[in-house]
Amino acid sequence: MSEDIRALTARLADEPSSLAFLELAEALRRRGQLDAACKVARGGVSRYPGLADAHDLLARILSDLGDLAGAFDAWSAALQFDPMRAAALKGVGFLYFRAGDVVAALDHLQRAAQADPDDPSIPLAIERVRAEVRQHGAPRANGTPAPAPARPPATPFEGIEGGDQGFLLVDGNGLRLSGSLHVSSGEDAGDRVAAQLAGVSREAARATRILGLGPWHSIAVESADGHLFLAAPTADTVLLTARDHSLPLARVGLLAERASRAARAWLEGMG
Amino acid sequence: MNERDLLDRVTRVPGVRGVLLVAAADGLVVAEQLMDGVDGRAAAALAGSLVGRLTRTAEQAGHQRPTFVHLRAEAGSVLAAPGPDDLVLVAVIAPDANVGLARLEMIDAAGRLG
Repeated sequence: MSEDIRALTARLADEPSSLAFLELAEALRRRGQLDAACKVARGGVSRYPGLADAHDLLARILSDLGDLAGAFDAWSAALQFDPMRAAALKGVGFLYFRAGDVVAALDHLQRAAQADPDDPSIPLAIERVRAEVRQHGAPRANGTPAPAPARPPATPFEGIEGGDQGFLLVDGNGLRLSGSLHVSSGEDAGDRVAAQLAGVSREAARATRILGLGPWHSIAVESADGHLFLAAPTADTVLLTARDHSLPLARVGLLAERASRAARAWLEGMG
Repeated sequence: MNERDLLDRVTRVPGVRGVLLVAAADGLVVAEQLMDGVDGRAAAALAGSLVGRLTRTAEQAGHQRPTFVHLRAEAGSVLAAPGPDDLVLVAVIAPDANVGLARLEMIDAAGRLG
């Protein structure tokens, strides 16, 4: 055991509630002791579930271990607590690229570039994704070319986890454009929620303008039994994504981003 | 722990530009700690109103009352943690702020209100 790891282990033993686990797990990762690093990082995440650094570190270790699904979840959790964390955006972008979703990969890499314009690896990654697409077309997870769409989709949310349920696309007047939102009684509450959403969008725009924060991007709403995530696919529309508590908020955010892109394309296709 | 101490804890999180305790019903400031350039009265009124509307939206969607709200904008965010007695803890933060730490401190502080 090297001296620095010994010292960090002793420090963590003396102060289990300290943030020394971050340095220790990173030191273990750099030495290739990935299982030990993972154990330390998981301990830190369970002690500090709201600390983006801990989730980011765990994601990098899991990525090194080849557990890409685990890395995705950990980076998603990091983004929940720090939505503009460049390393996590870069990691998720890489994983989307591996999965064949070039649009989502580029979207995340471009956000990473905004978050950290001084990181030279991000423009290189963006260029690499673009070059790959130019050379071979968009990579597919199963290695086969994308099938041509047989017909225009009836809703923007076809093929997205959950389908039409739990997504609500609303116009600027609070009227439903697409999607459905069933409450526990089975009733579709979509129209009632849509009527509220036009006002939410206006209030959010007003608040961020008056506070000098520029245009709003998203609103995440946590409740004990579920999460709501609002985005604006276009200037005149609002998309609500609703999921129960079993899906972490960061995953709801990623789902909402994907649904928002689909909604934008669908609206453009409607002319 | 008094209101001033609760606001102090949130203000200490890096990137937090201001923290307010707001009466949601009328949007009035109960207590505040703000950096220069943050309009406290506007932040209170706007955040109070937005949280009220989001609460109604969540209820219509079959969800319980929100425990935390994160409004993300191009140049920063507004965070809100509703507490008891219709009070809402509101923070205005910079784009590079540690949202995770601010969230934890705010939820904890909001739980100690009242």
